[in-house]
Amino acid sequence: MTEELVKRLLSGNEALARGAWEAGVEVASGYPGTPSTEILENFAKMPGVYAEWAPNEKVALDVAIGAAYAGKRAIATMKHVGVNVAADSLFYAASTGVEAGLVIIVADDPSMHSSQNEQDTRNYAKFTRIPCLDPADSQEAKDMMLSAFELSEEFDTPVLMRPTTRICHTDSLVETGPDRYQQPEPSKYPRNPAKYVMVPANARGRHPLVEKRLEKMTQFAENTPLNRVEMRGKKLGIITNGVAYQYAREVFPKASVLKLGMSYPLPPQKIKDFSSQMDKIIVLEELDPFIEEQVLLMGVKLYKPDGWDAGAYPHFKSIFPIIGELDPKIVRANAIRAGLLPEEKGTKLRATPVPQADKVIPLNLQENLPNRPPVLCPGCPHRSSFYILHKLKRPINGDIGCYTLGVVPPLSAMDTCGCMGASMGVAHGAVVAGDSERHIAVIGDSTFFHTGVQALMNVAYNGSNVITIIMDNRITSMTGQQENPASGKTLQGRVANEVDIEALVRAIGIKKVKRVEAYDVDAIEKTLKEWLKIDEPAVLITDHACALVPDERQKYLALDVVEEDCNGCTLCFRIGCPAIIKSDKVDEKTQRPIAEIDPLLCTGCEICSQVCPRDAILFRDDVLKLKMV
Amino acid sequence: MKKTKILLTGVGGQGTILASNVLAELGIKLGYDSKKAEVHGMSQRGGSVISHVSWGEEVFSPVIPEGEADILISFEKLEAIRFVGGIKPDAMVLINDYEIIPITVSFGTGEYPSNEEIKSAFARVTENVHWVKGVAIAEELGNAKAGNVVLLGALSKILEMDVNVWLDVIVARVPPKFVELNRKAFQAGRDAV
Repeated sequence: MTEELVKRLLSGNEALARGAWEAGVEVASGYPGTPSTEILENFAKMPGVYAEWAPNEKVALDVAIGAAYAGKRAIATMKHVGVNVAADSLFYAASTGVEAGLVIIVADDPSMHSSQNEQDTRNYAKFTRIPCLDPADSQEAKDMMLSAFELSEEFDTPVLMRPTTRICHTDSLVETGPDRYQQPEPSKYPRNPAKYVMVPANARGRHPLVEKRLEKMTQFAENTPLNRVEMRGKKLGIITNGVAYQYAREVFPKASVLKLGMSYPLPPQKIKDFSSQMDKIIVLEELDPFIEEQVLLMGVKLYKPDGWDAGAYPHFKSIFPIIGELDPKIVRANAIRAGLLPEEKGTKLRATPVPQADKVIPLNLQENLPNRPPVLCPGCPHRSSFYILHKLKRPINGDIGCYTLGVVPPLSAMDTCGCMGASMGVAHGAVVAGDSERHIAVIGDSTFFHTGVQALMNVAYNGSNVITIIMDNRITSMTGQQENPASGKTLQGRVANEVDIEALVRAIGIKKVKRVEAYDVDAIEKTLKEWLKIDEPAVLITDHACALVPDERQKYLALDVVEEDCNGCTLCFRIGCPAIIKSDKVDEKTQRPIAEIDPLLCTGCEICSQVCPRDAILFRDDVLKLKMV
Repeated sequence: MKKTKILLTGVGGQGTILASNVLAELGIKLGYDSKKAEVHGMSQRGGSVISHVSWGEEVFSPVIPEGEADILISFEKLEAIRFVGGIKPDAMVLINDYEIIPITVSFGTGEYPSNEEIKSAFARVTENVHWVKGVAIAEELGNAKAGNVVLLGALSKILEMDVNVWLDVIVARVPPKFVELNRKAFQAGRDAV
């Protein structure tokens, strides 16, 4: 298959998908997670490939390992915390090696734009003794996929590809290659238990090979063009990788750079040779001092100003912060502090205008601005449950998904949320510890399939009275509506059998199971209140498709407030819907602003209509009747 | 060419990222290197959204550091003032005269700033501030969603740039049935400044 050589703007994720395709990858499996999601979405559209969403990252990695054992190049995609779920598989694959190339693309999220931690996945490379590549822009993301597969096959190892948010979600120019690598027909499925059956006797045989492989890859690191020296002068040398390379170029245009495309294993000789030529040598990397620690262990003397105390045990990060993503301003400020750059003149501000007599304008306006936190969308079917949960005031053990936004005021209905699938286990733990309050766990359909099923099994089998709400909107929403085993179709559009969650929950052994319409506020309240009186586990499935899927969008109908009937009681504001706002009009009696509905935002879900004690918000039928007139 | 750094801000769901795609592509069409950075996920759910577009001979950092943007385009007033710290002195600012009330205001824990307050806060940094009623203009044309294109039209006029290059990029990105609407919205934006 060939195409013209073209240059175009691609996001890092589009480039990684394109690179996988050019590398001849035929099998891809992943679990959605920001900032990694679009890699698999883009790859799935390419000709001659199989791509799927797996229920979780461990399954995805096993699938990719399975394909690589069977002689087809494969990728698994996930976000950084997904590797924790897949870690067991990552370790055995590092021991067994592969038949055809295997690359695990793991997207890190420095600054936690959309994550619960900022773990640095490069540590997994060192932990499992496999190579890690770090692209610095979209072009490298594409090109490095090809290098990653060559590396994987040459050294019989899985390879980590580790972009970060600023690589994944940055568009830059990419020259795409004309050809696709043609994989030789795989030979018969390997019957090689010494290599692929990791019983202790065999695993003991593999470990020395893994350590030997690491030594060989270190030799490779010395000579590969993935690690390159850009010589500009002898005053300052910067060892850097990933997006930090871009900041190095912007802030220190005259410095020499050792750009490490491969952050594990490192090339010690190359690093020592580069360092020995420089007056001052520094390491510039985001998050952990992953390179810095290794460079120090090589005996390289890194630059430190006199009397500088940073960079000592336990944090070896000497000049740049260990927390959060970098940008040119942060790099520049820390370089000035460390004496690497001269002080800058202060930024000019215009003189503050004289406030008008009748209007004192606060100078700290910016600090006083109202926040705009992410919230459940207008029409979100999760809203009604959280409105009731807020009223019930029981401890709520939450989970990861859109519904984590149930924590945002005014719903404020979540007390814990740690990682995917944690809700029911954490609730069960409180119950068996003898906590005096009844616990309610909240989880979405996709997260239930991911790692929730096992926790519910534990609740059922070991018998605690946890009440679980499975908020079933038939799709993985937070990451942008990806298919899951409840969606009825696959990533590549094939019709599939939907998992019957109710039957699954019953099969697990839960006797109290009920499915209700998610928008039905009364049904949710009545069921939960009834179950709070009964001492046994129970599962409520709230059922309505995500308001953002195309079929639901077709049904949008803006509701309306009957001004004369509203007395500004503010009850409708407590559902936390962005479409309900205070109008300019004030109720004469209560002197409170009456409610108004933004017709551009309202979907017509009727949760507010149900909550209003004065029937001042019209239901869809009423709105339609008025439209007919 | 001097580097041009453009910040685009708005509320999740407003199409801020789509508009930044147009600007990134435009940079390439004009013969520059161009990069666009944004953040997906949590911030999409009605939260505040920021997108960075940089043009230049060679662009390194995809992120525009605080206080360094030459241009700020905001599709919502509150999100304009939230990022006043992002621009450099005398930067050009283009604001959609349109408000989306955050739930913190509806629920009474914050107050939406007045236009006077917003103007005054910008006046400390720049006088080059333009206001366009993007959504109102687009509604007159029959579709409020074209508000972003109204603002892009206004931007093309302020920057005194070739209309055809802009229209090529925009037209290539919209479904055929919306081409005429977008052309009109673009022109209406040019007429509004």
